[in-house]
Amino acid sequence: MNSNQESYSSDSLEPLLRIENLKKHFPIKGGGYFRKEKKAVMAVDDVSFTIYKGETLGLVGESGCGKSTLGRNILRLQEPTEGRVFFNNTNILLHNKHELRKLRKQMQIIYQDPFGSLNPRFTIGQIIGEMYEIHGIAKGAEKEKKVKEMLELVGLDPSRYNSYPHEFSGGQRQRVGIARALALNPTFVVADEPVSALDVSVQSQVINLLMKLKKELGLTLLFIAHGLNVVRHISDRVGVMYLGKLVELSETDNIFESPAHPYTAALLSTVPEADPRLKKERIVLKGEVPSPANPPSGCRFRTRCPLAAERCKNEMPPLVEVRSKHHVACHYPLEEGQTLKEAIASRKTGQLSL
Amino acid sequence: MEASTQTNVTSGVAVKAKKRKNTLLNRLRQNKVAYFSLWFLIVLHVVVFIGPFIWTANPEELQEVGALASWSLQHPFGTDDLGRDVFARMLHGGRVTLLVGLAAMLFSLLIGTFVGACAGFFGKVVESIFMRITEAMMAIPNFFFVLVALTVLGTSPIMVIVVIALSSWMEIARVVYGETLKWKEYEFVEAANASGAKSMRILTRYIIPQIIPSIIVSGTLTIAAAILTESAISYLGLGIQPPTPTWGNMLQNSQQYIWTAPVLGILPGAAITIAVLAYNFLGDGLRDALDPRFVKK
Repeated sequence: MNSNQESYSSDSLEPLLRIENLKKHFPIKGGGYFRKEKKAVMAVDDVSFTIYKGETLGLVGESGCGKSTLGRNILRLQEPTEGRVFFNNTNILLHNKHELRKLRKQMQIIYQDPFGSLNPRFTIGQIIGEMYEIHGIAKGAEKEKKVKEMLELVGLDPSRYNSYPHEFSGGQRQRVGIARALALNPTFVVADEPVSALDVSVQSQVINLLMKLKKELGLTLLFIAHGLNVVRHISDRVGVMYLGKLVELSETDNIFESPAHPYTAALLSTVPEADPRLKKERIVLKGEVPSPANPPSGCRFRTRCPLAAERCKNEMPPLVEVRSKHHVACHYPLEEGQTLKEAIASRKTGQLSL
Repeated sequence: MEASTQTNVTSGVAVKAKKRKNTLLNRLRQNKVAYFSLWFLIVLHVVVFIGPFIWTANPEELQEVGALASWSLQHPFGTDDLGRDVFARMLHGGRVTLLVGLAAMLFSLLIGTFVGACAGFFGKVVESIFMRITEAMMAIPNFFFVLVALTVLGTSPIMVIVVIALSSWMEIARVVYGETLKWKEYEFVEAANASGAKSMRILTRYIIPQIIPSIIVSGTLTIAAAILTESAISYLGLGIQPPTPTWGNMLQNSQQYIWTAPVLGILPGAAITIAVLAYNFLGDGLRDALDPRFVKK
């Protein structure tokens, strides 16, 4: 399934980015003058993982699970509450403004919204050219030449150098956003749901462009999305988030063919199958996602988990390697090849025999 | 072949004409009063600023025809109580009044935009300090502030401009503050930050250009207020001092002759009223025309 396996082989791995115990809490304001008790939305809560050089790591989860916040915190577009982010073995959370500005050349972001992410008063030449001007790389005619090269690289007509963003379609604007992100030749790019605002027909074009550029430029990609099919298509490894926690992380095929976390299993059962004869049992989770301001004790998922037991209430499961290169944060992970239905059934018989 | 290029050219022209329809001027045109005000103000400024080069009578010199002379070819509006040419005084007075209005507006835009943009963009301490100062200034009765400041600081034209500006930047600061808060949340601003742009660059190249429409509207309304304030303080004798004419101090002079020579009061009074009205109408029209949700009727 991995279509870019040439650029990524799971054995010779060199970490590019190491995220340790990253937390981002948003304090909630309000209440009376005398309410001292401070509350916070725990958008990202104690997340640790590594991104290897040259890989595409997909990050999935329902909206509000903190995946975009995580991406922004890694780039320090928001300041994390706690934790460490190592980029090439230096903790970038300790960088001062000047060092951070230098680092920006190497880490970039592609946004979800092709409308809000481009300055409406700049031409696309100015938008992409800013990157060169900010870092004092090129000016005037040289800048124009470089920008036009970038436009060509992302499949836009260089003669539209002086056009404004509103003269482009959504997919074309997303290409402008990609050109901007790649203009300085970064090593690491966060793609924050880059295709979810586009038509399905345009989505595949943009995804294929991203994959092509990734291979050509040797990028490392953190691909945030909620469309599972898209993630499966592009990612080498996939991380699943639920309510601010990373609950499962493994190679794409492992995640999609034999998920270990009950949440991942339920999430995957919602993916529509192209073949109508292939009947699939959908697992509908009960209840709603709890508020991240007041998450359940122990395992975050226990309130909706069909396998939840007493232990899940008391103990927060850590992210551990249950199978080779397959990390799960669950006390009772599914076994390889086991479906969620089977797990529920075996759990019931187990309880009866007790 | 020939024919097809022909149609291409004409359709190209049609597209251009269509595009032109959505310019600011064309959107303003739909508000008849505002559009008329715009042209009226252009004519008024041309007359007042260029007129004195053509009508060369000295506004401070006594004329041979004597005081309170009626209208004639030499003196279209007659002469005032000291025998000075009223037409020349209207032109020169208008020059001073409108110039004070414009200069005060520019100065107050500068203060207001700086305070509002910095408060909104930097937040935290800067925001607290700047916005509390703004609110404190708003709590002081405007006219009272101007009178006290001019009494203390003197009444040179520069001082009049500065004091009027200092009394009128708060509204602009609040408008700019609100807009800055709105625009700084846009992703293109975050993208600029992600590119490594410095704060000042983000503020001046990404945020303030978005606010310019609001600043223009505030500016026109501020001119109107500044003209009124200047006229009022001149009328009270605290503004620009005679013999330099302004529409305000001409009004003050004329009140003794309101029955014998009513033209002396009516002319500057009407000029002030019409100029202020025109600026207000223009400001209102611009507000609508610059609104992105503006729909063509």
